[in-house]
Amino acid sequence: MTKKQILLNSLFTENAVWRQILGICSALAVTNLLMNSLVMGLGVIFTLACSSFTISFLRNYIPNRIRMMVQVLIIASYVIIVDLFLKAFLPNMSKALGPYVGLIITNCIIMGRAEAFASKNTPVNSAIDGIGAGTGYALVLLIIAFFRELFGFGTLFGLQVLGAWWTKWSIMVMAPSAFFMLALLMWFVYTMKTRKAKN
Amino acid sequence: MEISVFILFMAAVFTSNILLTNFLGMCSYLSVSKQIESSIGLGIAVFFVMTCTTALNYAVYYFILVPLDLVYLQYIIFIIVIAAFVQLTEMVIERFSPVLYYSLGIFLPLITVNCAILGVSLFMIIRHYTFIQSVAFGAGSGIGWMLAILALAGIRERVNEKFVPAGLRGAALSLIITGIMALGFIGLSGIAVIQ
Repeated sequence: MTKKQILLNSLFTENAVWRQILGICSALAVTNLLMNSLVMGLGVIFTLACSSFTISFLRNYIPNRIRMMVQVLIIASYVIIVDLFLKAFLPNMSKALGPYVGLIITNCIIMGRAEAFASKNTPVNSAIDGIGAGTGYALVLLIIAFFRELFGFGTLFGLQVLGAWWTKWSIMVMAPSAFFMLALLMWFVYTMKTRKAKN
Repeated sequence: MEISVFILFMAAVFTSNILLTNFLGMCSYLSVSKQIESSIGLGIAVFFVMTCTTALNYAVYYFILVPLDLVYLQYIIFIIVIAAFVQLTEMVIERFSPVLYYSLGIFLPLITVNCAILGVSLFMIIRHYTFIQSVAFGAGSGIGWMLAILALAGIRERVNEKFVPAGLRGAALSLIITGIMALGFIGLSGIAVIQ
């Protein structure tokens, strides 16, 4: 596979959220505002790319029996970097995201890519795969957040889009709508795919 | 923080359910909820591990990390404590109760990567709970998680997927069921609210 194919494959064809149903905990939690989703998405892309690179680089030196533990430690180190960065430069964002930054560690996407791709491929290809998978994840976050923020607050990235005539749907801000939006997105993607396959 | 322990416990079970309002532990929730029996096994394991690791992490955080000024290492330390505790529990159960081990054993390794366990420990630090409050919060969240997975498994066993549009079958349908359940739990939110 060429590098471009690796990127597109992990971004769309094997998209972690709607194809493999991984990492949806945080996908649901931070999507009430677009800005939160964007920062979270960038954090995951960074962690995923760096940890895939490192794990792939060390893949021949890690004993098989303790590889999970080593992978978790590598991932945790990068998450600490993201967390300290947010605390230093974006303190408000760090408060808004709360524990979900730390929970990137247990985001199954990262372990999933480490197991499925990084432990068998070269470092550079693994990093590209990580960027692809992370971008796919960020894309899903932004799509869901777009609708939730638009209908729930009438804003996009904090800017007023819908006028004062808009009645805010407070359900979109609350938890249940996150479940509904993700389910509808999965339905949409499935329908588009089967329609494409038929043609 | 002045919240009575009982209110905190009830809130963790119902109104601030770790799964339905904070979306934690979704991966195993969706994949293990096909049958009631296996979801009971996983639910009990989560409850036990969550209660114990919350207490352990509290001790580690306030008696080791804070005095040594190593708070920024909390993620690594918490995940190590959880992984070690799960491993230990597995060995103890295997040694003393092989029957329980065979019914519960396969779920234990799954728990290390269950984000609800780590999430409860992180919430405990962010919300400045005392030790008793933390244990009540951990136990309540564990029961709340078990309640949610049991409810979903019960519904999924009865749903006939033949009448569901093809694109909604499987995970998407579970998400919609969960959304409706979350709506129901919001109806209880007059009882107690924790932030």
